[in-house]
Amino acid sequence: MNIIKHKLFFLGFSGLLTIASITVLVMWGLKPGIDFTGGSFLEAEFSDVRPPTEEIRSAVESLDLGTVILQPTGERGIILRFRHVNEPMHQAIVKALTGLPGNERGIDEKRFDAIGPTIGATLRQRAIGAIVLTIAVIVLYIAWAFRHISKPVASWKYGVVTIVALLHDLAVPVGAFAAFGHFWGTEVDVLFITALLTILGFSVHDTIVVFDRIRENLRKLRKAEPYTETVNRSIRETFVRSVLTSFTVLLVLAIVFFLGGISTRDFTLALIIGITMGTYSSIFVASPLLVLWEDLTKKK
Amino acid sequence: MALGGGGKQVRTSTARWIAVGFLIFGILLAIFDAPQHVVGLFDAVGVPVKHSMFDRIGENFPYRLGLDIQGGTHLVYRADTSAVAAGERDTAMKSLRDVIERRVNLFGVAEPLVQIEKSGDESRLIVELAGVRDIGASIALIGETPYLEFREERPAEEQKAIAEAQGKGERMNEDLLFAPTQLTGRFVKRADVNFEPTTFQPLVTLELTDEGASIFADITKKNIGKRLAIYLDGAPISAPVVNEVIGDGSAQITGNFTPESAREFAGRLNAGALPVPISLISQQSVEASLGKDSLNRSVTAGIIGFLAVAVFMILWFRLPGLIAVLALLLYVAITLAIFKLIPVTLTIAGIAGLILSIGMAVDANILIFERMKEELRDGRDLETAIREGFSRAWPSIRDSNISSILTSLILYWLGTSVVQGFALTLGIGILVSMFSAISVTRTLLLAVMTRRLERVRALFLSGFAGAR
Repeated sequence: MNIIKHKLFFLGFSGLLTIASITVLVMWGLKPGIDFTGGSFLEAEFSDVRPPTEEIRSAVESLDLGTVILQPTGERGIILRFRHVNEPMHQAIVKALTGLPGNERGIDEKRFDAIGPTIGATLRQRAIGAIVLTIAVIVLYIAWAFRHISKPVASWKYGVVTIVALLHDLAVPVGAFAAFGHFWGTEVDVLFITALLTILGFSVHDTIVVFDRIRENLRKLRKAEPYTETVNRSIRETFVRSVLTSFTVLLVLAIVFFLGGISTRDFTLALIIGITMGTYSSIFVASPLLVLWEDLTKKK
Repeated sequence: MALGGGGKQVRTSTARWIAVGFLIFGILLAIFDAPQHVVGLFDAVGVPVKHSMFDRIGENFPYRLGLDIQGGTHLVYRADTSAVAAGERDTAMKSLRDVIERRVNLFGVAEPLVQIEKSGDESRLIVELAGVRDIGASIALIGETPYLEFREERPAEEQKAIAEAQGKGERMNEDLLFAPTQLTGRFVKRADVNFEPTTFQPLVTLELTDEGASIFADITKKNIGKRLAIYLDGAPISAPVVNEVIGDGSAQITGNFTPESAREFAGRLNAGALPVPISLISQQSVEASLGKDSLNRSVTAGIIGFLAVAVFMILWFRLPGLIAVLALLLYVAITLAIFKLIPVTLTIAGIAGLILSIGMAVDANILIFERMKEELRDGRDLETAIREGFSRAWPSIRDSNISSILTSLILYWLGTSVVQGFALTLGIGILVSMFSAISVTRTLLLAVMTRRLERVRALFLSGFAGAR
């Protein structure tokens, strides 16, 4: 198994994937959820039978809720999304729904969120801040952790390569969710940001394990060996571990995805995509990039 | 080199003692984490135990569940502090919090949470009410300012003047019978519910502040023989006749109170008025049954996830895998105990974080065991392979976990309660897993090692031969 030999193939594949993801993101953009934009979310269950969607729509029409998105759930449930409303308006909506025919015992309100636009703005700033901060902290940490390695590749380059791999790992789930948003209206909420940051942590975690082996192999190297060979050997030696770890993590994620509640489904999906990419990139992107960089510098 | 050497023998036996310690520790933790289930287990096996003891553990150390699990309401208010001098804003916010806290306590919510949050220039107040069903009522009770005032009878000619004016459609907003006085709810130091000794009719007694007492003395002096009306939020609730000057600052109100309405009224007076105006900018509420359903699903997912990881580890690593699963059990037990002790508020996202950390916790073991297999293949004997496996795997476990811990710290800082729950469980999980995967696994592995076992290398050298 010689990953380094085929590095251009793997890097090309990842490059295409990243470009595709970014294109999708720029073209369609992410669909922000109400925790970022402000808005309301109401989930309720009708006591007997769910009236037709059109009837529900006309019941709340007179209340001036802006665009109302209706989404049936389960047998008798309904989810409504609309603009941010105050409490009296909320009560008016509940009353309008209760008055629908065929439901003598009214409705059972399961969940109601009304988030003001200012809250959303705060959260947006913090989310961006958190991602930037995480990336910065991780570059510094890796540069520090690998500070004793300077030959043949400078320690800061490990940091930079980790970040490139990271961006790749983030781009793919972000692109995927832009596509989901476009086709199925999937929204990104604060849990999505949490998923991205978790992916970030995991991706670095994974890359570090491979780099650590390179570091160790470089240190104990007695006879001269080309850098390429050392890197390739390190990937090979950590390959089983990388795959196994991701496998156990993906195993539990898949179980949470299928058995856990709806509230965490998108969150787990983002994690599944990101962690798959994280494992792929630590093997097929990060280390090949190190070698490529080294090759290019030598040629000059 | 076998295990026969004197020094190493001691180390193995020490490891065995520590392993027994871990076992006992694990059982104690299990009792602490899930006393009811342990009792059930004891009953099933037929071991007689005192149930009351286990019940007490469960009552004194419950899990703290987030609003998305136990149901409840999360409210965010914006406080308008523009009228308050910049230097006094913090104090104003603190007293606002105290007033709201007192009002919220009237709901009888188990552990209401009221906290101040600063966001740029804006001051916010976050209120979390667990298990409150009637959101409309709670929002009303938090936001409104109970306004109590005492009014005195108008002189007859003034009443006439107003009546005439109102006949012509003027002065419509004025009260015909009573004129406002200076005395309002602001001067109430304390309100209590009492009962009329003869009729057992509930009444509210007020203790006024010193300033209020002197105003009240003046009013009563002026109005002996006349009626003094007590208005709440603009509506009269009673109008007793003043018999004498009251100088000690005590007053009592006999309205048409039921015991409940008297208690509520007294409670609201005690809570006082809001020092700064507030407006509701965000509300989130979840019904308890929805939360319960999510919790059940998450717990099921967690158990199945654990079993899946356990089966995989044992199939792949055999004996060391089995030991890693024992360490993983201890890991879950320690983590749950920490959740109870801190206590960590468990949210659905937090439980997802815990389940995810189960998958990640075995990573250290995978690193170590794969390393051990490499050492064994290189011809090392078992004990050396175990020790080398651990020491060589350590730097990468350390470095990779530090980056994950840094991430969870930042996530915690990002800070809405949902994210914090996830960050905290993930962070605690990583720290505990470093202990369980390294110290516990190594001790257990050294403890079960015997010379006979060493001959059965198939117990250790398993899985695919590696990608070599």
